[in-house]
Parts: sequence; structure tokens; C-alpha cells
Amino acid sequence: MSSIVCQDLCKTFAQGEERITGLDRVSLSIDAGELLCLSGPSGSGKTTLLNALGGLDTPDSGSISLAGRRIDQLSRGALADLRLREIGFVFQAYNLIPVLSARENVEFVMQVQGIPAGARHQRAAAVLAEVGLAGLEDRRPADMSGGQQQRVAVARAIASEPRLVLADEPTANLDSHSATQLMDLFQALNRDRGVTFVLATHDPRVMAYARRLIRMEDGRVIEDVAQQPSPSAGRPPAGGAG
Amino acid sequence: MNITWRLAWRNLWRRRRRTWLTVGAMVFCNTLLIFLISVQLGSYQMMIDNSLGAFSGHLQLQHEGFDEDQRIRQSVPAVTERALQVEALLAGEAVAARGVAYALASSEERSFGIQVTGVQPAREPGVSTLPGLLREGRYLSGADGEIVVGALLARNLRVGPGDEITMLGSGRDGSFAAAIATVVGIIESGIPELDRALAQVSLPWFQAVFNMGDHGHSLVVRLRNLERVPAAVVALQPLLAGAPELVVLDWDQLQPGLRQAIRSDMVSAWVMYGVLILLVAFSVLNTQLMSVLERTREFGVMLALGVSPGRLARLVGLETALLAALGLALGVAAGGLLGWYLQQAGFTFPGMEEMNARFNLPERIYPPVTLASLLWGPLTVFLGALLAAVYPALRLFGLQPVSAMRAG
Repeated sequence: MSSIVCQDLCKTFAQGEERITGLDRVSLSIDAGELLCLSGPSGSGKTTLLNALGGLDTPDSGSISLAGRRIDQLSRGALADLRLREIGFVFQAYNLIPVLSARENVEFVMQVQGIPAGARHQRAAAVLAEVGLAGLEDRRPADMSGGQQQRVAVARAIASEPRLVLADEPTANLDSHSATQLMDLFQALNRDRGVTFVLATHDPRVMAYARRLIRMEDGRVIEDVAQQPSPSAGRPPAGGAG
Repeated sequence: MNITWRLAWRNLWRRRRRTWLTVGAMVFCNTLLIFLISVQLGSYQMMIDNSLGAFSGHLQLQHEGFDEDQRIRQSVPAVTERALQVEALLAGEAVAARGVAYALASSEERSFGIQVTGVQPAREPGVSTLPGLLREGRYLSGADGEIVVGALLARNLRVGPGDEITMLGSGRDGSFAAAIATVVGIIESGIPELDRALAQVSLPWFQAVFNMGDHGHSLVVRLRNLERVPAAVVALQPLLAGAPELVVLDWDQLQPGLRQAIRSDMVSAWVMYGVLILLVAFSVLNTQLMSVLERTREFGVMLALGVSPGRLARLVGLETALLAALGLALGVAAGGLLGWYLQQAGFTFPGMEEMNARFNLPERIYPPVTLASLLWGPLTVFLGALLAAVYPALRLFGLQPVSAMRAG
């Protein structure tokens, strides 16, 4: 886990009487420990590809293997289990459970995983501290800023120590300072723990952190290049609030 | 508290007003059910007591087969001595001996077939309410030649207190039995069948007229309450040891129609309760369905995170169980208080007091608060609410994470 291999992925959607192409014969391979960005205009297929990689959606044709295991052929239950144990998701709109506190949001997935209460509490506290939310554990999402909520969402995604994190526009609702903090965190997790990150984004600040950039258009991969993370990436900006 | 429980509990209060309205409907339904079931059980108790108290008693010791055939030869020997033995075995309970025969009763103008019952005038009021239902005259004094008759029989024979009736029948030994009795009282039970055939004379005179010797036909036992019946049946067994021809019949065997009537009344009552419970179940269904639909996006996120649809369905089930448990607890508390008050103060409705007084019945029902009356209705509502959650919960199995997360 987590080398990913996609072969000839195709996906179309119905929109009224029309068929919209989401993915058009996409083939790519992602090694464990990469930090890569999927970029491209809206409707280019970034989110569709991310959903397919995470087993949230099944392609019409083609194959996806995760660590040698064909996930496009798994049952719904097996896919749910794969997502629960192997993959962390970060969504654009945070998507926290509003009636649970930050700590409970992080613990909820761990509870579903069957982790004992004591270990859950410890790990949730540690992860929340890691994302800079120590002292805010008992706040509910409504009482937190967008940046804080996104950090809770990241904490939830990494608390179960997945080897792959898929993030869809993770900085879209964040100010510059929060976005930098979040990307620094992703970079640290990637560097220190070898977590593979696949980020779908329009944001050049995010792309600057990537070591590989895949550009998509009309459901196709039109460019796949390796890059050196920008020297400014990881450097704190001059101002902004979290 | 487990996070899932916390989540379920807090989800309930996202829409406080809606939750309280649903809980309120359940509390109202549960309170109403407790009240109705208590009154229903109380009225059954009264119906049984009154019905048994009128004539048959809770238990009778008879010759085997007498209840079905009523033949004069199917008698109980030494019936008055046995009455004392029964009284000793069932300390504190009312016991009376009776004899029964059929005769042609004639007045100056008319003749009718009657059932003559020989009773112990001093003991009979303890086992039967009929002596208390005298419309005219007095009850038997114990002297020979006295008779009390039902109001319709008196009207048919055109007799009143002081008039004479001639009785012709056959004795236990097949001999001719004839006697003249003077009417001393007229009883009106309100039960036409009884008032048309009722004729009571004193047991010793009955035994003499019908050549019964020391025989009678039944020992009637009236207990303090229905719950004592099984123990009393067991207590009377030693009396049967030396007399295999004798049997003890309980009220259910003596009046099989009574239980049947109660059963059919219960069925019709439960149809009404079922409609009430169905309405509450629909209210819960509406609440939970709305709750699930509003949270489609949230459920989509949970599915994306790897939570299985089954677990989400259990969450909805848990939320419904908590909602229903709240309705159950508050409903049982409110219904219990109301039931307790009615148990103390009694319950009546317009016209009931007058009607019951006419038939020598208690003026009010005192519905007993029992575990059954407290829990039958509310537990059924609880189960109905859980069943109502099945459809909203099943919808979760059809959700796809991506499309669910796109829901508004």
C-alpha cells in the first residue's frame, strides 16, 4: 500500500439527455510516498478521478489497483472497509458532523474502526495537537473558523494513520495563512510518515508543494510532470489569520 | 457515553420542536392507552365480580356432570355439613349450599315452568347479590313455605307478596313433589332470563319437598377477589379425596361465555388502540424520514469515510429508540399518575352511577394500576415506533457516497 495503478479509466455521467465525459481513458501510476497534485479547470475530471481512486465511485471501464488489489471489482462493503482503514479523505467543504465536538469528530471514525476508547482519546488528542488545535478539542464545528474546521477534517483523515490521503480542493475555503499551515502539515506527514497525498486543486499555492503535477482537461491527462517543490512552499506567509 | 449514543442523542435535538411534537404525540398516546387499558381491565374485573357475584360465585363444588345436565339425582350428599367443611378450608370466604329442581308453578290464574333453588337464607347474601335486589317484600326468613320470585315471573304469574304459588315437580327419588309456598319477596336483578325463572326457597324446606334427604346440588363459594381462585381450588382438593363423584368448577367453567365476551371486547378495543398506535407510528416515520432526508449529505460523508450503511441504519434505529424511550418514560409516568389517581378516586361517566345502583353494583370503577395496564400500550407504541424507523433506515442502503455528498 499505497502504489496506485489506473488503466484506461472511463467514466461518463448523464446530464439530461446528454452524456458528459468525466474520465476518458486515464492511465497513471502513483508510487507510495508521493505528494502529487491533480490540476485543471472545473469539469476536467480531477474530482471524478479522486473519487475513483478512493473507491467512492466506480469507473464505467478500466481498472484501478491499490497495492496490487483491484478496487474496481470490490463489493460495496469491501470498498467501505478499504476507505475506513486505508484511505483518509479531506473534502473541500470540511464535512464535519455538526453535533460532535472536534475530538468526537476525530474519534468517530476510530470508533467505527473498533479502536478501544483509551487509545482513541490519546490518538485524537495527539492528532488535534499536531494540527494545531490543542485546547479546542471540545468545540463544535459551528464555533470554529473555516481553517480550524479544515484542520479537524485533516485530523479526522489522518487519525487512523492511512497510507493514502485524498484531498479535494482542501484549501478552497481557506485564507492564505490557513492554507499554508495545512499544506505544511501535509508536507510534514508526507515527509515524516511516508503518507501518499493526492490533491485535486486549482490553487497554485498547493501545487507549489507537489513533487508531481498532473494536469487534466476534458477527462484526460494532458500533462504529467515531476517538479521540485517551490522554495517558498512551507515558508510562513507574512500575515493572515487561522 | 459512547460516541454513537452521543451522536444519536444530539441528532434528536437538532430540531427540538419537531422532536418534542413527536415525543408529545407518543406521551399523549401512551397516557391515553394506560387510561383506557386500566379502565378496560377495571371494567372486566367489575364485570366478572358482578357477574359471578349475582349467582354463580367464583367456585362451585358439584356432582360431576351436574353443570351440563342439571339432573336432580346428580347431587352432593351432606351438603350443609360440607358447607361448613369448605368454610373451614377457605377461612374467611363466603360459602353457601344450594339445591336445584324444576317445577311447574301455578298461581290462581297462570302456570309457568320454574327453577326452584333451595338456599341457606343466612348464607346466601354472602355469595349472591340477588337477596339485595328485592323490589318488594322481604327475603327468606328460613321458615318453611316461603318463596321469593323474580320480577318477571311474578308479573307472569300475577302474584305479589302474600300470594300463594303451587309447585308441582318430581323428587330426587322420582316421587311426586308438591308444595304450596307464599310469596314473601320479589327480586329484580335486571337480567330478564333470571327474573323470568328465579324462585328461591329455604334449603331445608326444599330438601323436604323434593325428597332430597341431606343432599343439595352445589356449594357456592364467593372469594374476596379473583386472584384467590387458583389457591382456593387447590385448598378444596382434600374434600374431594373421599368423593370421586364431586368436582370443583371455577368461574371460567361455570360461565364460559364471560371470558368469551371479555376476549371479543378486548379484540375490538385493540383494533381501536391499533389505529391510535398506527397514527403515532406514522408521526415517528415522518420525523425520522425528514431527519434522514435532511442529513443526506452528512450520511454521504460518513459513507465516504468508510462507515457502512448498516451502521448508519443502526444509528437511525438508535435515534428512534431514544425518541421512543423518551415517549415511553414520560408516557408511563403521566399515565401512571393518572391511573394512580383514578385507582384512588374512581372513575365514572354520566348515567353510570344510577345504572349501577339499580343493579346493586358499585357506583364507580376503580381501575387497577398494574404492570400490564402500565406497559402493554406503551411497549406496543415503542415497538411501533421502532418499526416506523425501518423504512428511513432502509433508504440509507440505497445511498451512494458521491451523489449523497452533492445533496443540498
